[in-house]
Amino acid sequence: MMKQITDEAQLKEIARQIRLDIVEMLFRAGSGHLGGSLSATDILVSLFFGQMHLTPESPGGPGQDRFILSKGHAAPLLYAVLARLGYFPHEELYTLRQFGSMLQGHPDSSCTPGVEVPTGSLGQGLSIANGLALAARLRGNHHRIYVLLGDGEVQEGQVWEAAMTAAHYRLDNLTAILDRNRLQIDGRTAEVMSLEPLKEKWAAFGWHTLQVDGHQIAELLAAYKACEQVKGRPSIIIAHTVKGKGVSIFEDQKKYHGVAPTPEEYHQALKELGAA
Amino acid sequence: MPVVKESTRVEYGKTLVKLGEEYPDIVVLDADLSGSTQTHHFAKAFPERFFNLGVAEQDLMGTAAGLAVGGKIPFASTFAMFATGRAWEQIRQTIAYANLNVKIVASHGGVTVGEDGGSHQAIEDLALMRILPNMVVLVPADGPQTRAMVRWAVSYPGPVYIRTGRMAVPVIYDDSYQFQLGRGSILREGRDVTLIGLGIMVQACLEAARLLEAQGIEAQVLNLACLKPLDWELLVDAAQRTGAVVTAEEHLVTGGLGSAVCEVLSERWPTPVRRIGLRDIFGISGKPELLLKHYGLTPEDIQEAALKVMAQKERPAGGGRPELAAISKR
Repeated sequence: MMKQITDEAQLKEIARQIRLDIVEMLFRAGSGHLGGSLSATDILVSLFFGQMHLTPESPGGPGQDRFILSKGHAAPLLYAVLARLGYFPHEELYTLRQFGSMLQGHPDSSCTPGVEVPTGSLGQGLSIANGLALAARLRGNHHRIYVLLGDGEVQEGQVWEAAMTAAHYRLDNLTAILDRNRLQIDGRTAEVMSLEPLKEKWAAFGWHTLQVDGHQIAELLAAYKACEQVKGRPSIIIAHTVKGKGVSIFEDQKKYHGVAPTPEEYHQALKELGAA
Repeated sequence: MPVVKESTRVEYGKTLVKLGEEYPDIVVLDADLSGSTQTHHFAKAFPERFFNLGVAEQDLMGTAAGLAVGGKIPFASTFAMFATGRAWEQIRQTIAYANLNVKIVASHGGVTVGEDGGSHQAIEDLALMRILPNMVVLVPADGPQTRAMVRWAVSYPGPVYIRTGRMAVPVIYDDSYQFQLGRGSILREGRDVTLIGLGIMVQACLEAARLLEAQGIEAQVLNLACLKPLDWELLVDAAQRTGAVVTAEEHLVTGGLGSAVCEVLSERWPTPVRRIGLRDIFGISGKPELLLKHYGLTPEDIQEAALKVMAQKERPAGGGRPELAAISKR
């Protein structure tokens, strides 16, 4: 079992390197989802390196926590995290989206070690996480199930079906994190399809709810720990983030949802992220 | 001897309870139809292993997928219409795409749902499941075949769709019947025409064969209950022997058995085929027997189709169109 890192400076440094990986992967691939990968980077780095119990040599083995990337388009982020944890060689990252690559445009469990299920068609990951949580309970296992949702994604009706299920079956071994970056493909979530009041909606569905700054690693780590203590109901952490976080020209810009950086943008990103 | 009748959905419900005792990893999920799909027996026997998801079929399939990833053997049941229609993309994106060990056993397939009407009569479920890579598609014709298929599905480590029906139907197989993946069965030998049935239409084919026998015609009857993967060797062999094929299904003639048979024969052994089934039309309310008559799904309809397709065996050049025949003679 891998040892968790709780030192904030160390996790921040990992997050910086992961962001560099994402920019490099997308630049080389020529396509991919930049904004939503960068917005959730601190969430996933603190979760995978600072919270989850994992053994990268034997993915999905007993005692290990499980993770579902419901917002599957943030695949570059998940891949960069998994590579750094040793699920597969780091150089594979540069084959992203290419013919024959183990790294498909959206997560595919059949070819990528560490990916639990295929995702990408939105709104389906929470149901799957519920199933994993029920299976863990039936087996008497004490590991936790984590699922990352996008904010535009919760416009899908199935999310709310699953929200009811998790509360009905009192899945306190489940923690959902909602990447609240306030942008979706067509624009601001508030303009495309209003989501607020989000916290109240989840609370009304019977969930334990927390709100954090999704770029403050200490806040995220404290929230993950707090959710472990909740009994009898599932937890959701609404993480307020900035889409494209880490590179000024990408931040809070709708156009960087699903495009690769141009050469100029790429060089500026490397500079801002402190590439060696 | 009185005809023994069993309903495939009832046999599914009973078999699940037996399997539940043998396999502790089996879990069952339903979407508020456990009385109709017959999973309520399992729910009563193993309450901690039964999950009702409420009226939420998409969540039903996603939760089943998660249970499979977590090492369980989930059986997910609801009406065929909602399982394959409402939750098609969930089945496609997770269960089929990841080749997960989920068994979808859907009841109320076809028009014999009856009085509930067209909204509840699944006539396209087989097409929707057959088109999916990795998915095995099974349609039992009677009780013993249902029991064998459900039992087999537990031992098979991948996604399976099984369609059960609402009505009780005559028993065809005996209790020694064992299901084999990709294998159909010959229920009656005959050299003049091949009748291929699916589900309740297997019995109709057997009855049609008896009607044809009275006319001096020997009809072979096949049950291609394993719709995917299809027993193409048995099918081609039959077509080579008889030279004329009728398919009969309680489903649209597009996408199901008729389509599957035509696909195989067109590629491997072009043979005249007549398809019995619904033609570009939805179901309506009514007594099941009346609906079978209305949609041309009776033994008499199969008999008539057999006579027509046999007449096609010897075709003039040009497919019977004089102007084309003239051209081909030049």
